[in-house]
Amino acid sequence: MTHQAFLELADDCLVLGHRLSEWCGHAPMLEEDLALPNMALDLIGTSRVLYDHAGKVEGEGRSEDDMAYLRDERAYRNCLLVERPNGDFAHTMLRQFFFVAFMHPYWQAALHSSDPVIAGVAGKAVKELAYHIRHTGEWVIRMGDGTEESTARMRDAVDALAIYIDELFESSDAAAEAEAAGVLPKRADQRAAFDATVAHVFAEAGLEMPTVSHPQTGGRNGIHGEGLGHMLSKMQSVHRALPGVTW
Amino acid sequence: MIAARTQSQGPAWEAAAAVPDPEVPCVTVADLGILRWVRVENNLAIAGVTPTYSGCPATLAIELSIEAALRDAGYDARIERILTPAWTTEWITAEGREKLRAYGIAPPQEPAGSVRALFGEITVTCPKCASLDTEKLSEFGSTACKAHYRCRACHEPFDYFKCI
Repeated sequence: MTHQAFLELADDCLVLGHRLSEWCGHAPMLEEDLALPNMALDLIGTSRVLYDHAGKVEGEGRSEDDMAYLRDERAYRNCLLVERPNGDFAHTMLRQFFFVAFMHPYWQAALHSSDPVIAGVAGKAVKELAYHIRHTGEWVIRMGDGTEESTARMRDAVDALAIYIDELFESSDAAAEAEAAGVLPKRADQRAAFDATVAHVFAEAGLEMPTVSHPQTGGRNGIHGEGLGHMLSKMQSVHRALPGVTW
Repeated sequence: MIAARTQSQGPAWEAAAAVPDPEVPCVTVADLGILRWVRVENNLAIAGVTPTYSGCPATLAIELSIEAALRDAGYDARIERILTPAWTTEWITAEGREKLRAYGIAPPQEPAGSVRALFGEITVTCPKCASLDTEKLSEFGSTACKAHYRCRACHEPFDYFKCI
């Protein structure tokens, strides 16, 4: 069952990486047109190692491509936050900021994993995500404490995305098993670090975290929003139309 | 099992070490510290290679180039991808840093700062005119390993090889 826990992590990285890549050629300025695909590459690179590892641990001969391109929406186990549509630039930056504010301490804890592949992935990811936190944190501050327009948009993004935070700290049965075995860090243990990072940036940005009465969950059970299916249909179309093609 | 010979010199190492980085061709894979070792067992040369970034698109191209270089040198060749310990810019040699600077890329200067250091600026020396009066334009540059800077003295934009 450990491979399921690895798939959850890989799906988070691939789905968010693909979302970021959708900005390529559409970002509001050249620097961001480089930054967003760069962050996408970090996440997609991480997902590749995790898919490959999940396939080997599962032992049924599934490759990283099989995992990414031949599973349907219901088989995807990513959290809901990462699949949220890009929305405007404020939504994209805040979604990334929330995700990395969780993943950075998570990978830091995973440096001590009993699984050398996970520890290796963590070693890279910790360094890469430090850049993501700084970059997205700076944008959250610029927009939150910016013009009337940018502040309104960043507040909209906070209201829209806050309901997806709690799911980051929930462990599926598969994840709980891997956590108990010392293979993966406990998700719930990352809450304090996440809250501290968000509080620090929100204080600078003049933003407040709303009280969430109905957090949204379900991604780890394959229950997703409408957007994921649309995203996968594009992402998987070439692979499914031309099975086994190489060039 | 007979302990394999690990080389950082000799013909197999020389052949692999001379392979240029495909995206920053002024430096070799040895200058960057991506090539960790070359081990020779009979006629089989095994090269240990560590990727720079998780999603570096050049990883496969680099591995294929090293494999080809070893074959050209008369060996059977295999690549071993090493993820742990993770590559760090500290592994770039002094010679590699000088080559980067001469090529117009500011070499990495200090370990990556705290993630809390928002808007924290480090002082990067302009590789063209050596002025310290430079500014960061973007944390992310033309490749995963670089940030984008501009010199206020000579007004040249330039790449900075990020510390990770």
